[in-house]
Amino acid sequence: MTVENGVKRALIILAACCAVAGAASVAPAQDDETAKAIEKYRQMLKEDPWSNPGLLDADRGEGLWKTAAGPNKVTLEKCDLGKGAGVVDGTFAELPRYFADAGRVMELETRLMWCMEKLQGISHKDLVTKPYPPGGQPVKDLGALATYVASKSSGMKYAAKLDQAQEKAVVDEGRAIFFRRQGPHDFSCATCHNDTGKRIRLQGLPFLVDPKEAKEVVGQWPAYRVSTTQVMTMQHRVYDCYWQMRMPELEIGSDVSVALIAYLVKKAEGGEIAAPGLKR
Amino acid sequence: MRNAALAVAILIASATCVSAQQKPAADTAKIDAAIVKAFPTAPADWKARFEQDETMKECSISENSPPKPVADAIQKREKARIEYPADGKLMGNWQSGERIAQSGYGLRFSDYPARQANGGNCYACHQLTKAEVSYGTIGPPLMNYGKIRNFSEADTKAVYEKIYNAQAAYPCSNMPRLGTNKVLTIDQIKDLVALVMSPDSPVNK
Repeated sequence: MTVENGVKRALIILAACCAVAGAASVAPAQDDETAKAIEKYRQMLKEDPWSNPGLLDADRGEGLWKTAAGPNKVTLEKCDLGKGAGVVDGTFAELPRYFADAGRVMELETRLMWCMEKLQGISHKDLVTKPYPPGGQPVKDLGALATYVASKSSGMKYAAKLDQAQEKAVVDEGRAIFFRRQGPHDFSCATCHNDTGKRIRLQGLPFLVDPKEAKEVVGQWPAYRVSTTQVMTMQHRVYDCYWQMRMPELEIGSDVSVALIAYLVKKAEGGEIAAPGLKR
Repeated sequence: MRNAALAVAILIASATCVSAQQKPAADTAKIDAAIVKAFPTAPADWKARFEQDETMKECSISENSPPKPVADAIQKREKARIEYPADGKLMGNWQSGERIAQSGYGLRFSDYPARQANGGNCYACHQLTKAEVSYGTIGPPLMNYGKIRNFSEADTKAVYEKIYNAQAAYPCSNMPRLGTNKVLTIDQIKDLVALVMSPDSPVNK
């Protein structure tokens, strides 16, 4: 099945799921129905892996990886994601990691930005300005690249070593940031993600401090989001949490976002990568 | 009934005290600096949001499980920060309270310039009325809250205080200190007290 046909079929199923989801506010029982419908949709995606709309962005990302771009007019094929220049397969499963050439720990999107800056000559300012699309618009080029690279580790298990001194320090910082309360609502990541079985309105919240729950969800990002009809990356996910926490706009690739993602990936160690995933 | 309520209260308080796992010695000065650097486009009048008061610091470092003396100090400090209505009336209008409880608007970077009053977003975490089935579960359910307390004056005051500053009751509670942090006005808090404590409110029907 081609990607286009698969996606068309997926969208029909999706429309059916949304019809159920639209009625979800009527009763908790129907909320369960919605969860079941989305679970069924996920199951069908698994059976027909070509039907996830996020794969269109993974395809676009593959094209971008191999296309000369930026002031230097070069491709990203010499980008070293940790397993040598140009290697894509399995790299996402071993990120974040410390990169000696950059002198810092980086997760996927930050490393891709570094390559775009150093190899293609794209300015850092351009890369960090408005990196995420508005709702309904496709993920931007960086996100498409991230979706492509992550999809090439799909089915593998998270195996970031995170055992070097610099890496361990970043994971510890991620933990401190996860629990750091700030802003007019006293919110931290832990406000919503430090207990099992909790919800905001009807939305279930993963208990991210618990490796069991972290393993189930962390490896699904980047994910295609049904509600915004676009792929959302992990950096975008964290940025959106800080919006909800009443904080200003979190810079993509900042030490804070990298440390948080390192902490989450450490919690998800051994969990299966299923990217791009599918979210509400 | 009071015993049951007390049991629930203890349960809620202890739920925030997750087992104290070994904590890495986080360099808080380094974390604070990283936070300031991570939001480079923040407007000047947002910089205060990077800073933590003593209570936020203590709750962060202890991962919301402060040792008893610290918890006691937080409680005492936050209690002293509660301001009461000038007219002495703790209850406003429950209909208006319901609107405030439904609204999550306010103080996010997409909420400027402000288009409406801030909301309390109570339903995000609490079940309040039978009619609203889209409620969250981070906080305890509050159905019939006033009724099971016989709409007592003491409980009405306690509700006002909990909404104004939740940490005066439960140190390191997940709930925002809505009055102390100026998320809601005193009048808005009175309306929420009415929603929870008025016999006419759908919360108690």
